Amino acid sequence: MTAEAIHLEEQVARFKERVQGLLPDGGNLDMCLTCGTCSGGCPASGLEGMDPRKFLRMVALGLDEEVLSTPWVWMCTQCERCMHACPMKINIPRLVYEARSNWPRDQRPRGIRESCDFHVQRGGAMGIPKEDWIFVVEDVLEEVRQNQPGWEKLQAPIDKKGTGYYLNQNSREPVTEPEEMVPLWKILHLAGVDWTYSSEMWGGENYCMFLGDDDAWAKIVATQSRIIDDLGCHTFIETE
Amino acid sequence: MQKFNIPHNWELRSIIEFYAKWIREGKLKVNSDWNVENIKFTVQDPCKLVRQSLGDWIAEELRFVVKAVVGEENFVDMVPNKSNNYCCGGGGGFLQNPYVEQRLAFGKIKFDQIMETGARYVIAPCHNCHSQIMELAEHYGGGFKVTHLWTLICLSLGILDENERLYLGDDLKECNLPAKKR
Ligand code: SF4
Ligand code: SF4
Repeated sequence: MTAEAIHLEEQVARFKERVQGLLPDGGNLDMCLTCGTCSGGCPASGLEGMDPRKFLRMVALGLDEEVLSTPWVWMCTQCERCMHACPMKINIPRLVYEARSNWPRDQRPRGIRESCDFHVQRGGAMGIPKEDWIFVVEDVLEEVRQNQPGWEKLQAPIDKKGTGYYLNQNSREPVTEPEEMVPLWKILHLAGVDWTYSSEMWGGENYCMFLGDDDAWAKIVATQSRIIDDLGCHTFIETE
Repeated sequence: MQKFNIPHNWELRSIIEFYAKWIREGKLKVNSDWNVENIKFTVQDPCKLVRQSLGDWIAEELRFVVKAVVGEENFVDMVPNKSNNYCCGGGGGFLQNPYVEQRLAFGKIKFDQIMETGARYVIAPCHNCHSQIMELAEHYGGGFKVTHLWTLICLSLGILDENERLYLGDDLKECNLPAKKR
């Protein structure tokens, strides 16, 4: 084999090897039985002429150019149904995630990128400033206390220390349909739960994960985690 | 958290687990008396909650809550369901990327699954599912509504204000309203 051919081979196997290095036992990428169970139950099968089995096969064969450029990776929702059904438990969504991460950041879908950036900068993916988030909660709460008999003592605290329970909030409600936050507050009230939101990193969504941006994702998780610890909460109630 | 190995002193729990707990403890005295018309409901299993993290037990808790609120006989499950349920197509950032046509094609399986149940309402405990399934209903002409779980819990408790009924159809706009405003 000429030096050039060897060099080429190293090139082609790159993505596969990189992913194998990340997965326990190399992710069984060569263990595929080609049974097609994954593709049969994947709602993204057929889009862009791709399906999970085909994607895996292309990774295994080192067809990196196509693997790393197909927009199909943005159409797989990382739902993990394929892996759940696969007899070899091959982690195809992880391959898709790594392929997403490989796209130049500025070429990844803008909507996801902006939501991620907003979340890192402002604490929620819709990008409203912290003051607005606090204002909306207080405003809606006041409205309920005044207009709904029996709810004069309803609570919706932000940054209250020592409550025990921390809640996140999907950022869609405060921005587009704030009244939709109220039913959950009422439920917590009836259950007698002492809880709090936070003024920073309060959003319940995680687009940085969808963007394939590990660093931003880690930053959000670390910040939120520190906030919950600082507030002295023992439980983070995921509201999604 | 596991992925990044960040040390912390709290534990992560799902609100669904607490709904079930509070109902069992009698803190949320829900019942299905309001559903005199026997309106049918189905539920979407959010991939992130069920298949990807907690598994079938949380799917069972979710069904326990739904049945307590809408009535056992008014709940119709999708096929397949729980850990085997199909993704709706709203996750993974699909709703925020430009591939709308593909997203709707992805969701056709979910749409057909819902139509098969004959339910008038789909309960979606996740926001992405909620948006996506609403769009599917509109695009393919399903005629069903998509609602949050907290809406139905409060409806059942008689504490759901008229302003908090954005996702309910006309059939439930006036059902079990709280006592009149001052
Ligand atoms: S289900 Fe698993 S073993 Fe079967 S074709 Fe898909 S990846 Fe290969
Ligand atoms: S994770 Fe992706 S490839 Fe696997 S079933 Fe879901 S959409 Fe299909």
